[in-house]
Amino acid sequence: MTSLFIKSIKFLVGGGFILVLLIALWGSIWGVINEPPAETAEHAMHKHPKELKLASDGPLGKFDERQLQRGFLVYKEVCAACHSLSLVSFRNLKDLGYTDAEVKKIAKDWGTKQPVFDEKGGTWGERDNLPSDRFPKVYYPGTGTPPDLSLITKARHDGAAYVHSLLTGYNEKPSAEALKHFPEFAKTPDGMHFNPYFANLNIAMPPPLTQDGQVQYSDGTRATVDQMSTDVAAFLVWTAEPTLQTRRMAGWAVLGFLIVLGFLTYGAYRSVWAGVKH
Amino acid sequence: MSFPWAKHYEPKNPVMQWVDSRLPLPRFVYNAVGAGYPVPRNLNYWWNFGVLAGVALVCQLITGIVLAMHFHSSAASAFDSVNVGIMRDVNAGWFLRFAHANGASMFFVVIYIHMFRGLYYGSYKAPREMVWLLGVVIFLLLMATAFMGYVLPWGQMSFWGAQVITGFFSAIPVVGDWIRIWLLGGYAPDDAALNRFFSLHYLLPFVIAGAVILHIWALHIPGSSNPTGVEVKGEQDTVPFHPYYTAKDGLGVVVFLILFSVLIFFAPDYLGHPDNYIPANPLSTPAHIVPEWYFWPFYAILRAFTADFILPAKLWGVLAMFGSILLLFFLPWLDKSPVRSGSYRPMYKVAFWVLVADVLVLGYCGGSPAEPLYVILSQIAAAYYFAHFLIIVPIISHLETPKPLPGSITEAVLAKTGA
Repeated sequence: MTSLFIKSIKFLVGGGFILVLLIALWGSIWGVINEPPAETAEHAMHKHPKELKLASDGPLGKFDERQLQRGFLVYKEVCAACHSLSLVSFRNLKDLGYTDAEVKKIAKDWGTKQPVFDEKGGTWGERDNLPSDRFPKVYYPGTGTPPDLSLITKARHDGAAYVHSLLTGYNEKPSAEALKHFPEFAKTPDGMHFNPYFANLNIAMPPPLTQDGQVQYSDGTRATVDQMSTDVAAFLVWTAEPTLQTRRMAGWAVLGFLIVLGFLTYGAYRSVWAGVKH
Repeated sequence: MSFPWAKHYEPKNPVMQWVDSRLPLPRFVYNAVGAGYPVPRNLNYWWNFGVLAGVALVCQLITGIVLAMHFHSSAASAFDSVNVGIMRDVNAGWFLRFAHANGASMFFVVIYIHMFRGLYYGSYKAPREMVWLLGVVIFLLLMATAFMGYVLPWGQMSFWGAQVITGFFSAIPVVGDWIRIWLLGGYAPDDAALNRFFSLHYLLPFVIAGAVILHIWALHIPGSSNPTGVEVKGEQDTVPFHPYYTAKDGLGVVVFLILFSVLIFFAPDYLGHPDNYIPANPLSTPAHIVPEWYFWPFYAILRAFTADFILPAKLWGVLAMFGSILLLFFLPWLDKSPVRSGSYRPMYKVAFWVLVADVLVLGYCGGSPAEPLYVILSQIAAAYYFAHFLIIVPIISHLETPKPLPGSITEAVLAKTGA
């Protein structure tokens, strides 16, 4: 008896796990039958981001400097009131084609100043920003916590397309069909705004880009809401990874080298094995 | 040990003669991965993955050591040191970081293929049980290392992943919560946990390297297995490792590096989760906490246990998840068939491919949200996983009539090449 037990222990262990899984499976199926998964508001109303094409897309993509400068302008005039960009330094703006003097001026004129602690007086004061400083943190007292935008296009699915869709999605109201199922969405709570591209559907951020020409472009581009949101999305692709272009260029060089090396190693392999059947 | 016809090391260079007669390290290398190691001549490309795993380990060690020079292991500055310091300010830091993060994925791709190759060709069977056992140890160490490494950038998934994984220990009855607090050095992951994870993440790769040496040592006692599963019978069955397999592995390494480079340079975030670009926030739980892709099959097994039956469901899940790996230790004794290679085992071959599909289904469920349909699917797949190893394989080894084996490796090669 004991030896039979020892011999069949593997079947018992396997049988044990399987038994418990079957009990759990029974529970799950029973649950689904008794209480079929209800449609969620998110499923009914949430929209996938609209397609967005940027110059920086694809393995050969390059940043469009003028677009990045326009996007920076949108960030500066509109977003920067509430959203930090604290992983980026002013000096990084030189990548966008600004000269040293221009970067210096942008830093100096920046609205939010750099906090400094006075060791002698024991008090906090502030000073103008320098090119070597990071963009100062914005402290937002209202409802909601505006996220830092430095990495936002990496921190959301569909990055730039999400940013663009969110900024232009405030006019899209829930369909009559969806409202029949979820009547609570007919009236958005105070201080919230319906936006089908936002995960929770109701977002605390009021529509930031509301009218054409809200930001003054100096390069002749028409500043439509769609254009401004596209430009700022492009800018935020750059802030998320300023080395994006370098990375891809290095990639092509590495791949070129490896492909040549591949032919050489294949040749070496063939010549070493010539005459040995395998 | 070696085959009697193995070449002997005879250094011609006087410097090497001098070294070898005082410390026979050159001889050791020559016999391990040089011309002194006779290898079956019929190894296919699936046998490249052992060397590739070694290459992946070396890549991770080199990039990891340099990354550690720039990393701050403090909850306040870890995220910044990675996402500003390393990604923006360190020269080619973006390369190191992406190579290390994607290197972990490449390591698991290679390891999984290496393990499935062992399963298909019965490489775990006598006299190579020890090679297999050490391999499972390496796999466990690798999982621990990868988990702790993923915590270091201190993003949302890092933090909540640490929260979930260390939560496993709280499933232990009575002392569980106490053990969890002891392991974390606090009630939730914070500086103490981050620092010890960093310390262990630096230590474990060297433990892995040590286990790899034992793994290779154990392999060299019987010598490499081969696709026919028939043991080497004479000199005509083997070729020296160098130059034959160094040349073949060299080709494999270049193909590996090409795929690796495509990930690093053109899709570095493809396998990652966007939430890990959000700094860790103990007050905000992500909508879906998912581990990295290489843990998905095990995560699915964990979540498949939803019923309290004698023990709480969570404890069943944790036991089954660890059990799913630990049972690999028993595989050499669960599969009693004397035939090694799946190519000559008609029933086992089918069971093997069903297992591959089953693990892919588990992986798919583990990466999906815990919605009823995925849970049901993972319950079926998890039950099959245990049934495969503990019931199907032992039974098959009794029922099956294997196909006739070739008389020798050379005979099989000549039959195939039509000579």
